[in-house]
Amino acid sequence: MLKSFKSFAVLAVVMGLMVGCSTNKASEDANLDANANTSTGTGVTDAPVSTNDGASAIADVATVFYFEFDSAVLLPAARAALIAHAEYARNGSVSIRLEGHADERGTREYNMALGERRANAVRDFLVLQGVSSSSIETVSYGEERPSQMGSDESSWSKNRRVELSY
Amino acid sequence: MRYWGFFILMLVGFARPAWAGLTIEITSGMDNPTPIAIVPFAGSNGLPEDIQAIVVADLQRSGFFRPIPKTDMIAMPKSESEVFYRDWRMLGASYLVIGHMVNTGGQFQAQFELYDVLSQRKVFQKQVAGTAAQLRDIAHAVSDAVYEAVTGIRGAFSTKILYIEDLRREGPGRYRLVYADADGARDRVLFSSSEPLLSPAWSSDLSRVAYVSFETSRPAIFIQELATGKRMQMTNFEGLNGAPAWSPDNRSLALVLSKDGNPEIYTLEIATRKLQRITNHFSIDTEPNWTADGKSLVFTSNRGGSPQIYQVGLINGRVERLTFDGDYNARPRLSPDGKSLVVVHRQDGIFHIAWQDLKTGNMRVLTETWLDESPSIAPNGAMLLYATQHQKKGVLAAVSMDAGVKFRLPSKQGDVREPAWSPFAK
Repeated sequence: MLKSFKSFAVLAVVMGLMVGCSTNKASEDANLDANANTSTGTGVTDAPVSTNDGASAIADVATVFYFEFDSAVLLPAARAALIAHAEYARNGSVSIRLEGHADERGTREYNMALGERRANAVRDFLVLQGVSSSSIETVSYGEERPSQMGSDESSWSKNRRVELSY
Repeated sequence: MRYWGFFILMLVGFARPAWAGLTIEITSGMDNPTPIAIVPFAGSNGLPEDIQAIVVADLQRSGFFRPIPKTDMIAMPKSESEVFYRDWRMLGASYLVIGHMVNTGGQFQAQFELYDVLSQRKVFQKQVAGTAAQLRDIAHAVSDAVYEAVTGIRGAFSTKILYIEDLRREGPGRYRLVYADADGARDRVLFSSSEPLLSPAWSSDLSRVAYVSFETSRPAIFIQELATGKRMQMTNFEGLNGAPAWSPDNRSLALVLSKDGNPEIYTLEIATRKLQRITNHFSIDTEPNWTADGKSLVFTSNRGGSPQIYQVGLINGRVERLTFDGDYNARPRLSPDGKSLVVVHRQDGIFHIAWQDLKTGNMRVLTETWLDESPSIAPNGAMLLYATQHQKKGVLAAVSMDAGVKFRLPSKQGDVREPAWSPFAK
């Protein structure tokens, strides 16, 4: 435990660097949702990040967690940020959506299952940290929504991920 | 073009044109294709489709034939009395096709004949009829008849394909389920969405398709009637709702649900919505495909540590492992004769399509491209379509089951993937 708190400081800096990326992601998702509402889908309206004190602290924490190929094992690097998310979720009555993703290699439905496994791995970690499982929604997009379009390891490593949103 | 629209509208209801279109690039042919001369049909001048060119393209794409260019022809016989075998022997043709089109008040009849040049005999004389909107169908029927007479294999030029297109721009209509002829022509959009679509599957009577749509922000399985465009949501379970596969009698879907915490294969009786769980394992079980007798499923599972193909009996639930070559074999599709299967296979870190003989267990890699996925076998078992990448775009490609013939159907826009080759019309 002590070890992970030490690395928390380092991670906090890294996560600070990642904030730009994750806020872009949020606005893209908002566009998608608007489109879903104008077409035939029922769409979802993700609650915007609330503006109380807790929210501004959590806004600096990483929301994307990466995985190895064909693996749904949570990497140690994800722990500190997830502990912070768990603390935030425990204290406020917020709901969490976890989107699991895979890289383009391998078959689509297998990757759909893999994406779900990854989202479940994050969910299980949050539940172990005391978050109520009923407040967590998981969905897998498999390889259907890559965050990077390239066909190389640097793109693939960014596409094997779980995205957390409130 | 308007005529095609009319014909397809009758066939697929409210489908809209896809505009994309696929054009074929042959990348490899057989070593000794059979030379064949297809003479332009008499009475076909001024028709909105070039019958001879369609037959030539079909036969060439099959890899079995080398059509002789019409500019090399020294005669254009219209009937048997004008056929002189020595003209065609000089050109090196083994076979000769002649024909003529008869137009009676908008109804077209093609009368066509196949000659064996070497043994100097008429092989057959046949007719096929249709409306102006069906000229492409008439041409494909000619190709089917010639192909079968020469190779002994039923032709699949008249069959259809489904595929998924991703226009790669956010917004409505980004993902499209497309219906087209087997040669990529006459493509129509069956459904489009701003959210992902995947895993299209044909009912064996060709009346319906099943697919996965994320339009509700979660995956759900839909069935769509081709004639009317009518859609029906079949599943809305928590977690995965994926990989639909029609039973041979079209009464059930095999599918993947994770509602019990784990990706498992179920069957769903369509009329009653009765669910039956088939697999029971903590690993990933997915991508079911029915055996022809409807009594078992082949599927992907990583229960042995890496994805491999297994078979499960629907009555006894007994599971048997089918693939042992390599550390990634997934998404099985059985050949129409049930004697072999094709899979996505990883070799030296690269994903190819591979073929496995079920009796001997021998596996053979069929493709040389990479990031290959979604193999779908033609109903005559001669070729398969698959998805791959070419010039950084998702494209469809085809390979013969002996790996001798290869061609690509590149898209003009976006990524094209997940081909599903239709069964034969009964």
